[in-house]
Amino acid sequence: MSVEHHSALAHQFDSLEQQHAATSLGMWLFLASEVLIFGALFLGYSIYYYLYPDAWAAGSAHLNAWLGGLNTAILLGSSLTVALAVRAGQLGDNRQIFLYLVVTVLLGIAFLGIKAVEWTHDYHERLVPGPHFDALRWREAGISPQHAQLFFAVYFSMTGLHALHMIGGLAVIVWLIVLAWQQRFSADYNSPVELTGLYWHFVDIVWIFLFPLFYLIGHSH
Amino acid sequence: MKTQSITSPRVYLIIFAALLVLTVITVAASRVDLGVWHIPVALSIAVCKATLVGLFFMHLLDSDKLTWVVVVGSLLWLVILFVLTLSDYLSRVPIRISGS
Repeated sequence: MSVEHHSALAHQFDSLEQQHAATSLGMWLFLASEVLIFGALFLGYSIYYYLYPDAWAAGSAHLNAWLGGLNTAILLGSSLTVALAVRAGQLGDNRQIFLYLVVTVLLGIAFLGIKAVEWTHDYHERLVPGPHFDALRWREAGISPQHAQLFFAVYFSMTGLHALHMIGGLAVIVWLIVLAWQQRFSADYNSPVELTGLYWHFVDIVWIFLFPLFYLIGHSH
Repeated sequence: MKTQSITSPRVYLIIFAALLVLTVITVAASRVDLGVWHIPVALSIAVCKATLVGLFFMHLLDSDKLTWVVVVGSLLWLVILFVLTLSDYLSRVPIRISGS
């Protein structure tokens, strides 16, 4: 194997292919650890859903499935634009990378904006666990207020952790936008775009599971 | 190690359309009274969507075997986590203690 003296090739790798395989593997290993973090939270959700199904269904009915569905469509769209940005990276087209990543960020901000609207509404509806929680409404409906608070604690924790992941991802994408603006990417050097894309798709997959499990388990509204 | 082939935008758009359709289906299914089946149905649809994102958007179809080992491995750990923990809870029977 001859050593290519390529500007994109780091010295510890023998070829661009090997470098690409190594960096990709690194991101996949990180995503595997993320599967376990969110997986543990989903497990917690599952156990409490098994123990308190009435509180879970009643809590879910208080979430706005239309906003949740809209957010799902927005995030799926952002995965599409990220995939197209990664493809532009493979082609070395900095302009396309820039455009698709800008749209991705706009979609991501729209998602977070809708979440902010939802959470503000939930706060005013006194659904946030703690001293401000409206326990009476649940007692009157025959649901334990403690179990209802548990549902919302799990809801805010998981969607909150997801939102934090999105914010981190968006920050990185903004940095990529700057790099694309500076024409830094090429057909040989586009790993940052590809790896960030993998991370973003993972965040999308987490939401793909969050949406039905939190928004759609209430009885038909 | 494989070199990445470049997917056409059309394929991405088709997958995106399929993902939107599956989202509509999952919302519609939630409004039908499926009884005990509504969670398995919702999860099955979510798994389909995640698979589409993984295979096409994340290029798992073109990825090398080592990547697959990591992906399958992480899912395997998840299965172990769920099966062992839930088998505990689901097999719990209330125990009567005499005198209480």
